Amino acid sequence: MPQPPNTPSDKIHSEAFLSELMRRQLVLSTGCALAFLIALLGLPLVNYLAPAIMAKRVGGFTLAWLILGVLFFPYVWAISFHFIRRSLALEASEVKEARR
Amino acid sequence: MTLPALTLPLAQAAAGVDPWILVFSLVTVAVTVWMGFRSAKSSKTAGDFFVAGRSVSVGWNASAISGEYLSAASFMGIAGMVMAIGYDALWYPVCYACGYLFLLLFIAGPLRRFGAYTIPDFAEGRYDSPLFRKIAVCFVLFIGFFYTMPQMKGAGTTLAYIFPGLPYWVGVAVVGAVITLNVALGGMKGITLVQAMQYWMKIFAISVPVFVLAAVFGGYGKNLSVNAATPAERAALVQNVEHPRLDLPAKAPADEAWISPFGPLTTKAAKAAKLSPEEARPLSLLYTYSLIIALVCGTAGLPHILVRFYTNPDGVAAKRTTMWVMILIGVFYVFPPVIGVLGRNFMPELYNGIGAKGTDKIVLELPTLIRANYGVLGSVLSGIACAGAFAAFMSTFSGLLVSMTGALAHDVYGRMLKPDSTPEQRMKMFKFAAIGIGAVSVGLGCCVEPLEINFMVGQAFAIAAASYFPLLFMSVWWRGMTMKGAAAGMLTGGILALLAAALTNASNLALDKGPMGKIFAPFAPLNEFWAHHPLLRILCEQPAIWTVPLAIGLMIVVSKATAKDVPKDIRMKMLVLHAPEALGLKNEYIQEHQSGAGH
Repeated sequence: MPQPPNTPSDKIHSEAFLSELMRRQLVLSTGCALAFLIALLGLPLVNYLAPAIMAKRVGGFTLAWLILGVLFFPYVWAISFHFIRRSLALEASEVKEARR
Repeated sequence: MTLPALTLPLAQAAAGVDPWILVFSLVTVAVTVWMGFRSAKSSKTAGDFFVAGRSVSVGWNASAISGEYLSAASFMGIAGMVMAIGYDALWYPVCYACGYLFLLLFIAGPLRRFGAYTIPDFAEGRYDSPLFRKIAVCFVLFIGFFYTMPQMKGAGTTLAYIFPGLPYWVGVAVVGAVITLNVALGGMKGITLVQAMQYWMKIFAISVPVFVLAAVFGGYGKNLSVNAATPAERAALVQNVEHPRLDLPAKAPADEAWISPFGPLTTKAAKAAKLSPEEARPLSLLYTYSLIIALVCGTAGLPHILVRFYTNPDGVAAKRTTMWVMILIGVFYVFPPVIGVLGRNFMPELYNGIGAKGTDKIVLELPTLIRANYGVLGSVLSGIACAGAFAAFMSTFSGLLVSMTGALAHDVYGRMLKPDSTPEQRMKMFKFAAIGIGAVSVGLGCCVEPLEINFMVGQAFAIAAASYFPLLFMSVWWRGMTMKGAAAGMLTGGILALLAAALTNASNLALDKGPMGKIFAPFAPLNEFWAHHPLLRILCEQPAIWTVPLAIGLMIVVSKATAKDVPKDIRMKMLVLHAPEALGLKNEYIQEHQSGAGH
């Protein structure tokens, strides 16, 4: 398959382009991962340090049960929705930049 | 086995069968087989067989991944585990669902852009090493067989529930044969369709009984509220007047331990060592963290799930697919714990049963409570639940079979044994390999009756977490990785996790009262040792907390030591992994590889 004629090949193959590409993707992924990990790894710690608060009742659930059994799923959906929107926008801007 | 010897148990088995349950289960099997045959007509080329011609849409693919992922452990095991041990079991559904986020953030997109049929393809392509392909293939089969065993156990126990008195091995053999036939005839294209449908069957089969039961017995929160979290709360408890909770048998955990974090699952080792509750708490925290690491990283490293990302048309679709998978399985995982909670309040007699006769069958049995008020509706709901269970182990097993068969036919035969084979020969090999692996799986499945379903699945996750996850994560993001570093980390982490799992199983089997207890009797002193070293027991039962960092650490150290072996065209490889597909680098890379010498 022939290459698109307007691709400035040298720029795409430069070290600077690749480093910047990977850096931007990693920053986005790591940011989203941190939001997820703080909640995931923080919950056992809160359970451990503040059991009385986590045993409080909310609509019949204990707070610990409500967070883990119900609220955790929409939280993760929100993170992934944000990630996909940002990452698609990032790809579009990378393509634009490479072809400039 | 002679005919009269076979007909006797069959006749006994047919006696106590509920016709509704039987009808729903048979319809599930019949529809699955019919769809497999129908799609077999439309899958003609070798590409169709391996990755469905790469033309599966986001909606279909997301449903198919979810359908494949929700196994017997998810459908039956989680509800049973929540009923048996309470809060700590919630980590399983949450991490099963959320592990996908890691896959989405770090692995799904790059892997798809790199473009290859299987994970071993990726391993070879990334390191230009046919040797490494062989190592990676071993792990596909390894994790696959480990994950197959609990599915077979689920099949055997569900059939034993539907046909009371049916021997366990008959269930395993029947289900194994049906799915093997289906895979051999349809390949992956047939399986995508069947699995997509099976997701919707499973969500229907778990949600409808929950809604009906909640309408009769009260909702999720209401049924949780009758379990006291603290001694003070017990005094003030208001019972549900219309449907009071039944008395718990002595074997059931007390309310406080059940509903609060750090309950029976995570304190087992400390209790065996007779530690005080205060001394046990740090160990419980450690157990929880190790379990979380195994499940989250394990999801991102499951070979039979990863292979599905190649069936998306492009990387954008692969990301959208992961998003939808998380929504689909997240919605599903809200329901099984509800059944576990209802089961504790209204079917506590199951606490006295062992294995398949215990809490594991709560999903199948709980709907029969409706019989008292609404007659046949209870049987219909139980039938729907059984159909869901069938869908669960059938779809997961067929997915595993496709990925293991793909590894054998595509990698071992097509690449190693006979590189010049024609597409027709490879397709023929795919069918033979499917039958061979199906037979081995049935044989293994017959051996694991005494082991717990969910526990075995957790071990498969722990092995994947210590082998494939570090490999994929590091290969995608660190250009300094060498083949030796990758192999050292993956092999050490994976094998140590496997040894730890095997040691735990052996010591558990030594406690078995049946024939397995006698076979594993030499391991009995191990339990004595665990009682004196609860920390070591936890690190052995949940090894991820040390095997995953160990694997990654080894990868870094060995790669640094062998830095001269970094592939020469690493920049191009990294570009293909990370640059948007619109730039067309993949085609450029393939052309270079075909014309360049030395590869």
